Amino acid sequence: MPKKMVRRALAATAVIGLSLLGSNPAMAAWTLNLREGVTELSREIYGLHMLILWVCVAIAVAVFSVMIYSIATFRKSKGAVPATFDHSTGAEVTWTIIPVVILVAMAIPAARTLVKIEDASGSELTVKVTGYQWKWQYDYVDHGVAFFSTLSSRHNEARQVDSGVDVRQVDDYLLDVDNPLVVPVGKKVRVLVTAADVIHNWWVPDFGLKKDAIPGYINELWFRAEKVGTYRGQCAELCGRDHGFMPVVVRVVEQAQFDTWIAGQQAARQAAAAPAAQAAATVAPIAIETPALRVAAAE
Amino acid sequence: MAHAAHTAHDAGKYYIPHGSKWPIVGSVSLFTMMLGAAALLNGVNIAPYIFWGGFLAVLYMFYGWFGTVIGENQAGLYNEGVDKSFRMGMMWFIFSEVMFFGAFFGALYYARQLSVPWLGGEGSKFLTNMFLWKEYDPAWPTNGPAAVGGAFETIPAFGLPAINTAILLTSGVTITIAHHALKAGNRTVLKIFLALTFLLGFLFVGLQAEEYMHAYHELNLTLGSGVYGSTFFMLTGFHGLHVTLGAIMLVVIWLRVMKGHFTPQHHFAFEGVAWYWHFVDVVWLGLFIFVYWL
Amino acid sequence: MSETNQTHPDVLSRTHHDVEVAAQGHHDDHGPARGIARWLTTTNHKDIGTMYLVFSLVMFLIGGAMALVIRAELFMPGMQLVDPQFFNTMTTVHALIMVFGAVMPATVGLGNWMIPLQIGAPDMALPRMNNFSFWLLVAAFSLLILSLFMPGGGPAAGWTLYPPLVLQTGDAFPLAIFAIHLAGASSIMGAINIIVTIMNLRAPGMSLLKMPMFVWTWLITAYLLIAVMPVFAGAVTMLLTDHFFGTTFFAASGGGDPVLYQHIFWFFGHPEVYIMILPAFGIVSEIIPTFSRKRLFGYDAMVYATASIAFLSFIVWAHHMFTVGMPLAGEMFFMLSTMLIAVPTGVKVFNWTATMWKGSLTFETPMLFALAFLFLFTIGGFSGLMMAIAPVDFQYHDTYFIVAHFHYVLVPGAVFAIMAAVYYWMPKWTGHMYDERLARIHFWMSAIFVNVLFFPQHFLGLAGMPRRIPDYSTQFADWNMVSSIGAFGFGLSQLLFVYIVWKTARGGVKATAEVWTDARPQGLEWTVPSPAPYHTFDEAPLVK
Ligand code: HEA
Ligand code: HEA
Ligand code: CUA
Ligand SMILES: [Cu+2]
Repeated sequence: MPKKMVRRALAATAVIGLSLLGSNPAMAAWTLNLREGVTELSREIYGLHMLILWVCVAIAVAVFSVMIYSIATFRKSKGAVPATFDHSTGAEVTWTIIPVVILVAMAIPAARTLVKIEDASGSELTVKVTGYQWKWQYDYVDHGVAFFSTLSSRHNEARQVDSGVDVRQVDDYLLDVDNPLVVPVGKKVRVLVTAADVIHNWWVPDFGLKKDAIPGYINELWFRAEKVGTYRGQCAELCGRDHGFMPVVVRVVEQAQFDTWIAGQQAARQAAAAPAAQAAATVAPIAIETPALRVAAAE
Repeated sequence: MAHAAHTAHDAGKYYIPHGSKWPIVGSVSLFTMMLGAAALLNGVNIAPYIFWGGFLAVLYMFYGWFGTVIGENQAGLYNEGVDKSFRMGMMWFIFSEVMFFGAFFGALYYARQLSVPWLGGEGSKFLTNMFLWKEYDPAWPTNGPAAVGGAFETIPAFGLPAINTAILLTSGVTITIAHHALKAGNRTVLKIFLALTFLLGFLFVGLQAEEYMHAYHELNLTLGSGVYGSTFFMLTGFHGLHVTLGAIMLVVIWLRVMKGHFTPQHHFAFEGVAWYWHFVDVVWLGLFIFVYWL
Repeated sequence: MSETNQTHPDVLSRTHHDVEVAAQGHHDDHGPARGIARWLTTTNHKDIGTMYLVFSLVMFLIGGAMALVIRAELFMPGMQLVDPQFFNTMTTVHALIMVFGAVMPATVGLGNWMIPLQIGAPDMALPRMNNFSFWLLVAAFSLLILSLFMPGGGPAAGWTLYPPLVLQTGDAFPLAIFAIHLAGASSIMGAINIIVTIMNLRAPGMSLLKMPMFVWTWLITAYLLIAVMPVFAGAVTMLLTDHFFGTTFFAASGGGDPVLYQHIFWFFGHPEVYIMILPAFGIVSEIIPTFSRKRLFGYDAMVYATASIAFLSFIVWAHHMFTVGMPLAGEMFFMLSTMLIAVPTGVKVFNWTATMWKGSLTFETPMLFALAFLFLFTIGGFSGLMMAIAPVDFQYHDTYFIVAHFHYVLVPGAVFAIMAAVYYWMPKWTGHMYDERLARIHFWMSAIFVNVLFFPQHFLGLAGMPRRIPDYSTQFADWNMVSSIGAFGFGLSQLLFVYIVWKTARGGVKATAEVWTDARPQGLEWTVPSPAPYHTFDEAPLVK
């Protein structure tokens, strides 16, 4: 069985190695690896991920080959006689120091990226995102535009038990919404996440970040999408029955397109009956809480 | 095995009790009591019977279990080793109690140092205040940005609480005197000061109850008074509960003293309870400083 | 078994006489009582150890069955079997049962059986409380199972019970909370018992640094338990009052913070995961030397490494909370402290390897499981280290990458170690050798399926599949199907384990006192006959 052992260990390392091939985003099924994403941060994170992965693979190869060698060589059946040593200060010091060094080397770039992630200054657009059971509300605080974003009805029907729909025929199953968030490409967008009821988590893998949406508190994250396109993510904090069914969809468009879109939204808002009330109702982050309402009205 | 009958005569052996019904009685009654408590909270109408039934069974268990232990002890079945086990056990039990209070002190610290300032717009979370709680300016004591439970007043440290502090500290002294008396074989002093100790204990609990009445009726300070009310009543409440238990234990010890139990050399039960008493004493100091005073 | 001395509950009128009578009643006490009474009233560490182990196995089956519900629903995209709410309940209760009902009781059971045998003690130091600990656990899990049938369904907010979500639980809520209180009390008493036993009842001559590694790891685990279980009790108590008594510990409106709960929970929760793995480390440290026919390499270093892991476990908790929006300094601190844990753990892995180096290895089933532990736990450790890198954890967090990580450290980690221990010591308990052939089949099936089950979950997580979801986008379909197949394979293998244990208990080749005769295992447990008599080390042995 040591042979089997060897094979299994090799297989394991091989698979980890393989996972590097997975980085091709086009490859949907059988995906193996993290995606690089479309922001500076997501790429840096991807880089850190590959670095630490390789470090681990390297150490694994080293440690596992010693184990496998021992298993294969020092066997009673091969007449091996046990040695009597039971410690070696030299060795023990070495394998305490080396990991420390590796870890310090890891910590430095990690810390650098962390600092960058936490610096949301100089943003060019601010969107307030509020999680509800089970939908998102997007509020362009500088434009007085706010709306809800919900799993699109087709998907919602498809996902019911015995809906009779073959979900494989539904494209982007569970990852499509009625009103996506729309942002301009190449601009630093600051996202303020909060929640109305329970904790949710706003996550777009291609932007590299996720942040908890905590009722009564505001968390910040930022991204600068470099490619026009539609990016899909999901709520990433258990928030009750339909936690699996409140996707995040972001459309990244050219600035000009964005401007016309937001203008249209504002116009629609004017047109709408009893605008004030409506705005208040939709913008209110936590319907019951008055101070919030006041903010909303103020905008 | 360190066989009961032998052990009685062979002090060298570590006493291993034989089968006992108390553990199973204990867990069945605790199960019943907790089931009843849950039912109470869920508003099931027969719940009180289940709960109080379980509660009485739990009392019966303690009574019988400790009765057994005391009996074995009086019978001289316990050697040094057993005594040491009891001591260590009591020590680590008290440590676990310390950690339990630690959780609530931790919550107090977090609320005062982090969450309340954040809601007030300090530090890294200023946006929270800007967008959600514009009007709120943080100050301790607080019932939060939504003024949960309505305006309230707090209990000044240097009124009843100070008196209570004096009472508990005194009780710490009286029990120490009692202990010395016990070691010196002076039973009268022992009896008097032990009695004094639990009387002070009950006095403390009485005043604490008085204070709660005042808080609820005059100050509108309740469990529901935001995070201040929450931490205030949970900390002082659990402490009061522990004082009550400690005082009851002191009464039992006192009754045993009256029965002529304990020798100047062997009186673990007394010491265990004394340690416990000092523990509630110390916790109170923490409360007085961080809950009432600062 | 006579209860004479318990039938005089009058504390104050108890006389010497009552107890003498009681004592007389026990000349037959050399053997167990007959029938059910034996198990209800026993104070014998072997009986209690056995009860813990059986209880743990049953819980493992129930918790596993729930896991199979999860895997069955996730077999294909689209909702096929259950309601999303029920799915969440399965996830939640699966975890609670596996953690508090299966793994922890199993290690406590092993501790009960082996610690007195390994330190030459006549029994546990506080035998009655020992039995109380066990039966409280039964009470606790009766409450938890009961909560599944309450209006509004069972607890469904995840085993981490985060507010505000957990406050939406129906009538199950107080039952689950009280179940945790009772289980906590049981653990605390069990831990106190173990500490006192080790500190007070060691055979003369057994200094602390002569104790077997399993005893050491359990001693340190017991300290962890006493330190964090009460904190958990406090946390859930605050949940209870927030739900029923209007407190606002975890509500911003009152000045509290939902994240406060997460801090308190993880201050308990992280040490908790080491509570599950340290005894496993101890087991592996017993088995590898035996079947390498060589002393454990770097015994002292192993002890200090265990201690430093325990210490560090108190200052890393917020690595579970990188995405809650902690201040930068906090994220930085918890990232660095967490990375540090790799060092002492590494020392252990290296020492185990060095123990095999130039040894004379044979591969009986306990050794096979120990070796699988060595490889697979390390893989789980690596993914843990990857998650410690805060910026990258922003991607990993709450995905199946996490699920893969902790199952690698928990299943081929903790659970494999427990199974290794069962194969290693069962002959000592029952006096029979297990069926080596079946056992090897069980090992290979488990070792292969566990990887089929959990390795693909790394890919799912990296591809972006969130955890705790009953249905997923079709891009995750393939690996989920593989994982589910692995799950059912693994589950079936465990039924074989149940059969092997049952068979060994009933009979089989007689085991010698030393059991692994030609490996000449070290330790006092091998000096008593197999099966170990009901009472051992009545006379403390002398350890030189
Ligand atoms: C037995 C249980 C166990 C164990 C032992 C561990 C061990 C570790 N865990 Fe894990 N963990 C869990 C159980 C466990 N974990 C659980 C249950 C969760 C999820 C809870 C939930 O959310 O539901 C979790 C989640 C979890 C998270 C949170 C992820 C998230 O939710 O976003 C993190 C983050 O840092 C983490 C880190 C670690 C680290 C660094 C270790 C380290 O101890 C690992 C150290 C070991 C090694 C590194 C390998 C061997 C070392 C060497 C060979 C030396 C050389 C190596 C190097 C120098 C790299 N764990
Ligand atoms: C020690 C702890 C432990 C153990 C042993 C396991 C064992 C297993 N776990 Fe679990 N698991 C957790 C701890 C553990 N888990 C935790 C902490 C979580 C997080 C929960 C949360 O997010 O809140 C989790 C979550 C979790 C998930 C994610 C759920 C989600 O996010 O929605 C999944 C999914 O695959 C899973 C699967 C499994 C499987 C297949 C096993 C298998 O190893 C089980 C194998 C055993 C069996 C299959 C039993 C064998 C019996 C039969 C086959 C027959 C049954 C018959 C009868 C009962 C009569 N677990
Ligand atoms: Cu919203 Cu999960
Ligand atoms: Cu952790």
